Amino acid sequence: MADQVHFELVSPERLMFSANVGEVIIPGTEGDFGVLAGHSNLVSTVRPGVINILDESARITDRIFVEGGFAEVNGSSCTVLAERAQKVDDIDRLKADQALADAREDLQDAKNDVERAAAAAALEIAEARIHALATSVY
Amino acid sequence: MPNLKDLKIRINSTKNTQKITSAMKMVSAAKLRRAQEQAVAARPYAERMERVLGSLAASMAGKDNAPALLAGTGSDQVHLLVVMTSDRGLCGAFNSSIVRQARKMARDLKANGKTVNILTVGRKAKEQLKREFQPLIVGSIEDVGKPRLTFDAAAKIAVQIRHMFEAGEFDVCTIIYNKFKSAIAQIVTPQQLIPFALASANENNAAKTADAQLYEYEPDEESILADLLPRNMSMQVYRALLENAASEHGARMTAMDNATRNAGEMINKLTINYNRTRQANITKELIEIISGAEAV
Repeated sequence: MADQVHFELVSPERLMFSANVGEVIIPGTEGDFGVLAGHSNLVSTVRPGVINILDESARITDRIFVEGGFAEVNGSSCTVLAERAQKVDDIDRLKADQALADAREDLQDAKNDVERAAAAAALEIAEARIHALATSVY
Repeated sequence: MPNLKDLKIRINSTKNTQKITSAMKMVSAAKLRRAQEQAVAARPYAERMERVLGSLAASMAGKDNAPALLAGTGSDQVHLLVVMTSDRGLCGAFNSSIVRQARKMARDLKANGKTVNILTVGRKAKEQLKREFQPLIVGSIEDVGKPRLTFDAAAKIAVQIRHMFEAGEFDVCTIIYNKFKSAIAQIVTPQQLIPFALASANENNAAKTADAQLYEYEPDEESILADLLPRNMSMQVYRALLENAASEHGARMTAMDNATRNAGEMINKLTINYNRTRQANITKELIEIISGAEAV
């Protein structure tokens, strides 16, 4: 048990994932980082991307796409708070493409800085989602 | 003497009303359960958010470059009241108690020479507040929990509030909602949203400061805090909406339970009245027949 990390993925609407796993790879704002048991305490923001969950023999068991959030590593537990998350397998290719096209359009139509920032954020999420699909085999 | 037919009609219409109220009670009970489940599901997120925020805020304490959402604008001249009610009535004192509190706060603030703006969430708040505070209402949001209360809906409200704050439209933001205690008791709660007051910040500050030093922050405290505070705001709005939804259904359930009981009492009274009248009629007719026979 000592070699396991307790990983939790929490969204405001429910507890999405909670299990003991071998390793978690989290897309931090400053780069991906892996969390193994005994990781030092850390709080980091998370960029839109894929969280890879690995078992003890370093095989990927789950891939979950998050639209940003933040991660807290504390002793042998790791918690990611994400407002929206879904399994990579559940991503609908057509919808993802549509979201990307919409985001691009919004960015062009943006009239002021606030709209532009919102559209840019949406575009980043949409691109990350497509990227998640493209790299489905790690 | 009341007409037998009229009485019968009244009894029947009261029975129909009773059917409706008891159906509404049943529906509210089901909705209440769902709302409570949702509130429970939101708890882990809120708890962890609070913990991280607590340790961050503790390590930021004393520094003067804290973000405006936490530290405020340094003034408290302009207040924004976010009044959260339901879209529909027939839920006892639920809406009016919130509105009463909002009215009181608005009057108090005005008496102290502050400027008050009001943002209403839910149709009832708008309807009840516009009589007195029409010029102060800067916006109103309706149909929030339809068909189901989502985090996105709450985030939208939070974003709207944040944009107003960033545009410098107010200094202090307070949300007013009903905290769910039980199906019979809901507590009107004003909660300050901006600048954000940490509920447990003072209680175990020392412990938290000790905690805070154990964390590494990536990228750094300020950036994380700047990222976290808007999220936290959305979460607070979401939580308030959840509490409100649970309270609304609880209040409606109780109100409808009372209404059903009152209808039952009324039916009993009317039935007694009906039976008496019927008996009186029979007696009267008998007397008429007997006295007619005697006269022959």
